[in-house]
Amino acid sequence: MKAKVHVFLKPGVLDVQGKAVEGALHGLGWNGVNNVRVGKLLEFDMDGADPEAAKAELKAMCEKLLANTVIESYRVEVA
Amino acid sequence: MGFKAAVLVFPGSNCDRDCKTAVETTIGGHVDMVWHEESALPSGLDLIVIPGGFSYGDYLRCGAMASQSPVMQAVKAEAARGVSVLGICNGFQILCEAGLLPGALLRNAQLKYVCKPIELTIANRRTRFTTAYGDQQTVWMTQGNGDGNFFADAETLKRIEDKDQVVFRYVENPNGSVNDIAGIINEAGNVLGMMPHPDRAFEPALGSSDGAPLFKSLVGALQSA
Repeated sequence: MKAKVHVFLKPGVLDVQGKAVEGALHGLGWNGVNNVRVGKLLEFDMDGADPEAAKAELKAMCEKLLANTVIESYRVEVA
Repeated sequence: MGFKAAVLVFPGSNCDRDCKTAVETTIGGHVDMVWHEESALPSGLDLIVIPGGFSYGDYLRCGAMASQSPVMQAVKAEAARGVSVLGICNGFQILCEAGLLPGALLRNAQLKYVCKPIELTIANRRTRFTTAYGDQQTVWMTQGNGDGNFFADAETLKRIEDKDQVVFRYVENPNGSVNDIAGIINEAGNVLGMMPHPDRAFEPALGSSDGAPLFKSLVGALQSA
């Protein structure tokens, strides 16, 4: 199975990287761009065939290592 | 009995020898260097130092991978027993990632790596790390980090403040840290994390000796224990 894990800073947590990208886009003339957030996408292969079991594993991985839930939220996908 | 300390070494640590020298110079005793793959620490430690640097290249998040290393499981066990643990800079990030301290360190608010001498107020002088400061109100140390912006949600922040867990605050906030927080201690009072470097300010040749009392406080704490 292919797994995807999206990790973003929680709403309300200052995303300075997003702010910098937003400033650069404005500088290039895309003034209609607002609230840029920069996150991470992790992709990997996983053993097993049960998508629900895989999602439970992915959630455990996020809680343990892939996300810091003090500041980040996450979303998992399997396909 | 001499003072016994261990300094952890991760791939990417770069203040490990500074920390060893700081302990040896300020309080003497024996300092072991412990590689991150070790699952046991030397016995009878009085202090564990988690040094600054860029453990695991700061990949994923600063301190994230280091917090899961074998040696950190041993540190958690020692911390639970009451052994003093000091995390400096990347060490502070690792302690937060490991759940030994509340909160997290974000990218500096102004997006700049901050590298300069910095003035701090001592917010709590009754900890085992700060008693030797006496009546001294402010100290100079140096700061060197890109992710030093301390963050905690409102509820956690209130708890930290109510329980007097803030040990150092910036006089001039360099990175956007909430409540100007530069260093915090755990509720039990034996685990201190701080972004500024006492290990780069322990003798006059370094421009400041204000880090020395932090290490010396620990000797006093042992003698009064």
